[in-house]
Amino acid sequence: MLIDVHAHFFHERAGRADWQERNASRLAAGERIGIRWHVASILGSWGHTSPVYFPSPDDVTFANRRLRDLAAAHPARVRGYVVVNPNHTAHALAEIATGAGQGMIGVKLAASRRADDPLLDPVCQAAREHRLPVLHHVWQHRRREWPGQEASDGVELCRLAARHPEVWFVLAHIGGGGDWLHTLRAARGVRNVLLDLSGSGVDGGMLDEALRAVGAERLVWGADVTLCTGWAKLRYLERRLPPADVALVGGGNAQRIFPPGAFA
Amino acid sequence: MIDVNAFLGAYPWRRVPGTSATGLIEAMDRAAIASAWVSHLPGLWWKDPAAGNGWLFEAVAREPRFRSVATIHPGLPGWEDDLTTAVGAGAVAVRADPGYLGLSPAGPEMLALVQAAGGAGIPLLAAVRLEDGRGRHPLDVAPELTPWAVRQWIRASATVRLVITHADRGFIEEVHHGSTPAEAGRIWWDISWVWGPPDDHLALLLATMGAARFLFGSGQPLRLAETPGARLDLLSLPAADRAAITHDNAAQLAGRRSPPA
Repeated sequence: MLIDVHAHFFHERAGRADWQERNASRLAAGERIGIRWHVASILGSWGHTSPVYFPSPDDVTFANRRLRDLAAAHPARVRGYVVVNPNHTAHALAEIATGAGQGMIGVKLAASRRADDPLLDPVCQAAREHRLPVLHHVWQHRRREWPGQEASDGVELCRLAARHPEVWFVLAHIGGGGDWLHTLRAARGVRNVLLDLSGSGVDGGMLDEALRAVGAERLVWGADVTLCTGWAKLRYLERRLPPADVALVGGGNAQRIFPPGAFA
Repeated sequence: MIDVNAFLGAYPWRRVPGTSATGLIEAMDRAAIASAWVSHLPGLWWKDPAAGNGWLFEAVAREPRFRSVATIHPGLPGWEDDLTTAVGAGAVAVRADPGYLGLSPAGPEMLALVQAAGGAGIPLLAAVRLEDGRGRHPLDVAPELTPWAVRQWIRASATVRLVITHADRGFIEEVHHGSTPAEAGRIWWDISWVWGPPDDHLALLLATMGAARFLFGSGQPLRLAETPGARLDLLSLPAADRAAITHDNAAQLAGRRSPPA
């Protein structure tokens, strides 16, 4: 069962006239690749009415609702993460409670607040209570501040993970930009952090080094915004690994960390 | 399939598997790639990159699935001899990456090479980048190739044929639509850095520019050899267009000499 743990969709307030076309393209490509489940989020208004990585509470609520609508429209293909902005603690906790109650299966933290900031603790406590994994946007080796986001790197996420050992964390897109070698060092011994392989990056050696650092048991497959590179990585792993390990990376590990029955 | 964008030799900035001839052949077999245009990777940073060309010609002579892309540094005395040697050795193209060579991208040295390559009838290849800028080594600060430089190149010679690798949609569109049809018809783009779904950049470019302008290229072993194939498999391409991208365009480039300048 192939599960894309890092998918995105759009909605009518995302400022893109082609939003339906892009959603349809993702689903069609998924059918071609053989993706059984798209575990997706919508990052607020995608910058249209508040910044992508600093979404307003209203945009967060609307986006989460639209993701639930998509999951309802595609009950055998789409599952949702609850997006939260941890700067609005009460709102974030309410969104998680609402989302979990309506079938969403994870929490998505992007880059509204540094990963090791104490404001993320109540969010992670709520994730633990609802048995939801946390997918956290990560800049692989953040050497400086980047405009438009309060990005975190692997070291910072692993500090958060150490404070919440009962929560599963998915460190986002090791192929999504930055120095993934730094991330692999940071995550090597942190057992509740899994690495998602998504991102446009298809660096030769990246998958080999990731396997060496954390093993197939802590890698999860995803595509993010480039399904072609996701498929390339999957094809590489299918040639590189025994089928049992491909099954782990492709979906088995995801089934392990998401709530029971999430993919029924 | 012909991969026009492949390398042999070590990368200076991190460990990369599969940089030997054997490793490259294994990756090509894995991705159903029949032949590859290969450059000498470490030579891109050498003070005299031509010193790597001899090694490259020997490696290519031993492996019939390789064609050589010789590196020329037009800022060095006697570089014209290196070009002559490359043509004589059967190179399928020559390359110059001005950022790595420390040259002005559209300065007199590069324009002289553009004109000489056009005169010699051999395609000139250059990469926009080799690695995502966000992940490069802190000391790897060579500037990326810019669209305006490529527009200057194609205008500098009426016969030069350019192969540009690792360009994204925006770069390609800026050059293609910023050139006359005759100029644009002498530029080929590999698909190693053009996104597929859901944004569907490759589908858009094929619809607006046609399959004749594109080549199958991976950037291996710095990038996975599987990527361009996956990209094409996500399109509903007519067989003729797929054949053009994966083979025919490159074969035509390799076999055709442009008329003398």
